[in-house]
Amino acid sequence: MTTTGKGPAGPGGGSTAPADLPVDGASEAAGSTALHDGPPPGERTDGDTRVPTAVGPTVVDPVAPARGPEERLSSGPVMLGPIRRRVSLTLDGREVRVPEGATILDALHDEGTPEQADTPTICWAPNMDPINACRVCVVEVEGSRALVPSCARQCEDGMAVRTDTEKVKHSRRMVLELLASSVDMDRASADVQRWMDEYGVDAQRYGPPAPPAAAGERDRRHAGHHHAPDGATAATVHQPVKVDNDLYVRDYSRCVLCYKCVNACGSDAQFTFAITAAGRGFDARIATEYDNPLPESACVYCGNCIGVCPTGALISRREYELREAGDWHPEEQTVSTTVCSFCGVGCNLELHVQQNEIVNVTSPADHSVTHGHLCIKGRFGFQHVQNL
Amino acid sequence: MDLHLSGAQPTDLERETIDAAFARAVPPPGTNGDRPMRSHHAGHDARARRHLLLPVLHAVSDAVGWISPGALDHIAVTLSVPPAEIYGVATFYAMFAVEPRAPRVVHVCDDVACGPNGGEEIAARLTDELGEEGAGQDVCWVRSPCLGLCERAPAVLHQRTGEPDLSQAPAGPDDVVAAARSDDPALADEADAAFADSRTSAPQTPGGRMPSGGPLRLMRRIGVVDPTSLDDYRAHGGYAALRRAVDLGPTRVITELEDSSLTGRGGAAFPTGVKWKGVAGAPERPHYLVCNADESEPGTFKDRVLMEGDPFALIEAMTIAGYVTGSEVGYLYLRGEYPLATRRLENAIAAARARGFLGADVMGEGFTFDIELRRGAGAYICGEETAMLESIEGFRGEPRNKPPFPSVKGLFGKPTAINNVETLYNVLGILEVGGQAFAEVGGGRSTGTKLFCVSGAVRTPGVYEVEFGTTLRELLDLAGGTRGSGEHADRLRTVLLGGAAGGFVMPENLDVALTLEGARDIGATLGSGVVLVFDTDADLTGTLRRIAAFFRDESCGQCVPCRVGTVRQEEALARLERDAPIGSRETEIALLDDLARVMRDASICGLGQTAPAAVTSALDLGLLDRPTTTSVNGSRNGKVPTP
Repeated sequence: MTTTGKGPAGPGGGSTAPADLPVDGASEAAGSTALHDGPPPGERTDGDTRVPTAVGPTVVDPVAPARGPEERLSSGPVMLGPIRRRVSLTLDGREVRVPEGATILDALHDEGTPEQADTPTICWAPNMDPINACRVCVVEVEGSRALVPSCARQCEDGMAVRTDTEKVKHSRRMVLELLASSVDMDRASADVQRWMDEYGVDAQRYGPPAPPAAAGERDRRHAGHHHAPDGATAATVHQPVKVDNDLYVRDYSRCVLCYKCVNACGSDAQFTFAITAAGRGFDARIATEYDNPLPESACVYCGNCIGVCPTGALISRREYELREAGDWHPEEQTVSTTVCSFCGVGCNLELHVQQNEIVNVTSPADHSVTHGHLCIKGRFGFQHVQNL
Repeated sequence: MDLHLSGAQPTDLERETIDAAFARAVPPPGTNGDRPMRSHHAGHDARARRHLLLPVLHAVSDAVGWISPGALDHIAVTLSVPPAEIYGVATFYAMFAVEPRAPRVVHVCDDVACGPNGGEEIAARLTDELGEEGAGQDVCWVRSPCLGLCERAPAVLHQRTGEPDLSQAPAGPDDVVAAARSDDPALADEADAAFADSRTSAPQTPGGRMPSGGPLRLMRRIGVVDPTSLDDYRAHGGYAALRRAVDLGPTRVITELEDSSLTGRGGAAFPTGVKWKGVAGAPERPHYLVCNADESEPGTFKDRVLMEGDPFALIEAMTIAGYVTGSEVGYLYLRGEYPLATRRLENAIAAARARGFLGADVMGEGFTFDIELRRGAGAYICGEETAMLESIEGFRGEPRNKPPFPSVKGLFGKPTAINNVETLYNVLGILEVGGQAFAEVGGGRSTGTKLFCVSGAVRTPGVYEVEFGTTLRELLDLAGGTRGSGEHADRLRTVLLGGAAGGFVMPENLDVALTLEGARDIGATLGSGVVLVFDTDADLTGTLRRIAAFFRDESCGQCVPCRVGTVRQEEALARLERDAPIGSRETEIALLDDLARVMRDASICGLGQTAPAAVTSALDLGLLDRPTTTSVNGSRNGKVPTP
């Protein structure tokens, strides 16, 4: 096994091997992720990872601090869930056992070394079904010619997984590099920034980025047709920001087409289906029907698309305005946890406060009520708090 | 889920078209006098009909020319699908427009075979007559990827609103302009009649022999049988194979298939017997059959020739497949750019249904099987088996992650057998002679006969049927040798074997035996049977750029390696062509190699995994020409230049 420099695990890198294993099935959605110190890989955090305050969505349930198995037993009933068979597989030659149905990524997170647990992810989220589009989490599985997406492939008995081969590292580097060369990645999570650094991404070698497209130009491209490039510049998805409502801003220059927002709007959370992937190939984009402005679409402004966006392509209008004014200071923000008071569901809220003003509201991805998703009132209805 | 509609109203024509298309698939209950969709407009009942989205979009597009907001809303209400999702599906396909467009669209093939063989002249002429690509009020023209008419290059497809589509090949610039402006209602019939002589597409027919002296097997009825007549088909041995299959029973048919060692002819070469056995034995019901007739690989036209010349055989073979795998419905997913094959198969299905060869009690044998014809709409990716399933189900044609494989979880999540057209034609032959006898031809995994699509710089391009093991040289001789010179060995530059997803074979390897194993030994692949021949005059750099442009256009965009990788590959080739590398030529080659590796290793499906194949092969073989002073840059859509 070679773990040479790559396969990183920096301090506060978000993914460490769990100290103790939870009782099988005892924890709800996120398994041992709740035992981690920082945000999990792939979660969006602003600024430097080294900033000690928890900024951005986290999966740690703030009102239910991590407890050991004994403590759980003493404090009430233990939800065991269905009893699941375990399967054995090897991770870089080391045998581990995971519950049947776990994905390779689950195995890497729960049973892997710090290096293995630090598998890069972009389109994966702990509170969503695997999307399997970005291909940055690929691993090698013995007997499979192509690489395998660890987020989507379930573990099988006898599977031999390798995460440290040259083939794996090359593909991860190239996926990050291809994204960096075509998309504005500078508001992606600190983990993504770190992975780009550690895998040795060089986006410059594809040439200088092409000038941004005119507003709406990318939305009108027809499938199967494109203008021939001369190769002098590298094609990008850069285009003007879309500001057409009071609550969201859509900055598709930052869109990596991870489909998270589409699935959060659709069958993963909200069942509103206001947005879709339209077009094809490099000209594919996230759009409403006929690229209508959001207020004319089916959008209900739940903001769950914002909540899952990994690259800052979707942000709240307030955050956008503060950023434009140069007043966005994530290092000064604090997070207060509370319970939403609008209705009786009991959604946990995390109020992100900057200079005594609420600037964003999120919910923990592993919270049993919200799974990280909110409604328009919970996410945007906080002005009354500040009108006292 | 509440549908949020824009409030745009459909025109009467749009409303009637959509209602009619829906009613064709779902008979109206006829109790309350309401329009058919009203009584279904709720719950699972309505949502289970999302698979009608593609046929309904086709109906609107055929009748109106584009998908207007009013039509989109009406489809949304009819099928209970959110408008945004319909928009996402409609914009996925090249043949649909979501903006008003000229009612007649001329698709000019400028791909690897047609481009250098007159396609560019047609494009130039149409630019003079109709204006720039995509412009024009009454008629417009657009460039098209391979139209599957390579043996008749150059090819043109007329997509016409309110009138039947038609193909023209070989097409002269004058004929194309005349057809584009013609008001003759019989134009489509005349265009179809131009395909009457089977020798143009399949020079061995009618009733010819293979190089070994044996009679044709797969193409034995082409040029012999009347493709519109069920009676004539039966007079030429039709439905004997289905009778035999019923006599044997499903299990013994599978045994025969396993004895025959028949492998899939779509490119992946999976053993057909194993596939059918898996589906037939799957406990979950219902089972489905899908015939992959979305032949779109540049340079491939074998399935088209089979379907146009002997359509009833496909219906019979699908019926056998349905019987053996226990499927009651078979979906025939036909390429949208094949108007003649569409007409032939629609006619064949209707005739077979009327005569009891399809339906609730096939041939009185007590089993049910029927075929639904589904037209693609201009998306190469939908030939990928799981993308095809998504497309049939009414979603964007984005491939699924495998496993699970379709034989376990396929169409609508049920066990599904997916077979290529040529594979199914082979099944008829196996039932006639028996699996053992079939396997005596060829050897190993390559048994039986194979169709090759020979095009490019040969004297007599066309589909050729040869026994597995025939050499590439023999095949080229069969096609008359390299065009325009006596000593074709001197004039031959290279052969693209297997299509855009295949690789190049150099003249010194012409004696390679055309088998799966033989091709693999020289680092090539038979793929879909493409044999595209280039002589020393060919512009290979232009060809490579066209292939790179093809994959950039046809990537579905779902996964990063393919979506961005195909773009970067095309850009790097463009720089090499202009001799303007970033860094040096060597760094560009290294860049292309890096791209090839990530696409091959990390893409979801076969499209991305093979997108760099031809480029890599050309670079390895030194086929990428040094730039010349005459080289044009950037101005020709990355496609093949005018000679």
